[in-house]
Amino acid sequence: MAIEVRIPTILRSYTDGEKSVEGTGATLGELFADLDGRYDGLSDRLIDESGLRRFVNVYLNDEDVRFLGGLSAPVSDGDTVTVLPAVAGGER
Amino acid sequence: MRYDSLLDLVGGTPLVGLPRLSPSPAVRLWAKLEDRNPTGSVKDRIAAYMIAAAEKDGRLSPGAIILEPTSGNTGISLAMVAKLRGYQLICVMPENTSTERRELLEAYGATIVFSAAAGGSNEAVRVAKELAADHPDWVMLYQYGNEANARAHYETTGPELLADLPEITHFVAGLGTTGTLMGTGRYLREQRPDVQIVAAEPRYGELVYGLRNLSEGFIPELYDETVLTSRFSVSSADALRRTRELLQTEGLVAGISSGCVLHAGLALAAKAEEAGKRADIALLIADGGWKYLSTGAYSGTLAEAEARLEGQLWA
Repeated sequence: MAIEVRIPTILRSYTDGEKSVEGTGATLGELFADLDGRYDGLSDRLIDESGLRRFVNVYLNDEDVRFLGGLSAPVSDGDTVTVLPAVAGGER
Repeated sequence: MRYDSLLDLVGGTPLVGLPRLSPSPAVRLWAKLEDRNPTGSVKDRIAAYMIAAAEKDGRLSPGAIILEPTSGNTGISLAMVAKLRGYQLICVMPENTSTERRELLEAYGATIVFSAAAGGSNEAVRVAKELAADHPDWVMLYQYGNEANARAHYETTGPELLADLPEITHFVAGLGTTGTLMGTGRYLREQRPDVQIVAAEPRYGELVYGLRNLSEGFIPELYDETVLTSRFSVSSADALRRTRELLQTEGLVAGISSGCVLHAGLALAAKAEEAGKRADIALLIADGGWKYLSTGAYSGTLAEAEARLEGQLWA
């Protein structure tokens, strides 16, 4: 078992075009570090010195991780992490 | 009930129980029916407020041209208020929105400038900002950053909810411009410090997230993360399923964004039930389902409806 991480189109150049990759870690930060070992440069697109990048949204099982502790949010096997760029989206 | 004008009918919407969807008498779901506004959506509140504010500060004078990026509901609300107050309206709208919205806007006499489907509302905002720079005489109310948007909810939606549901524990609404959650959320938090303010946002197909660069991302100027307790991303499949459930279980014909809100609300209800806690969860039903019939959201199997919705902005 591992944690599935869904990658948005804009970042797939870092994952050899893969829509979804797998990693391990006890926290979101560890998971990203684990992924960065195999997908060089990916982590740098997701986080900067202050934490998650401003226009990057990350959801743990559909819930925004910014409300779950950010990079220290605990993750476990079987979880799904979805990365999406912040956009204006729909309604309005 | 008698009103002098359609404008006097904005707000004051009913709150109705959803007993069949509520898990128990101690954990109850409630629907704030914003489709009961004059043009059928919550956006009538902010259209009335933003136009009144612009009139008050002198930005709008008779015959003025209003410009706004909108995927539909705000445009329709602005078209109605503009018509009654004597303004022209130009809407910048993504081309992948439902036909009903376009036809309604045209019926009101609004001009529509279409923006590319790729990029969704992001692109509409960008195009509108460009047009505004080229036409300094046009008045862009700009719902994403207009304080009157959040204030409309702080002064009306919030107090209405608290009056009807003093025992409120959760408020769930679509994220959108964030105005509904910011305004209602701030008011409720002041009155009920423990209240949970929960955002439900649609998760679209890849087209909508088709930025060229992450730095092109967008966060509405009104957004203040500290107002929210949590934020859920809801897939089209879940939103559609819940929209149908709302109709089939409670008889409510709601728009697809309400399915999104219900999905988050049910998750909160299940959590409260599991923890053995009492909960009164208010869901904001932003609009009715009528404007989305042409999307095929309500007919055939869920899989068919989901396939038809791919690439469309449904909320």
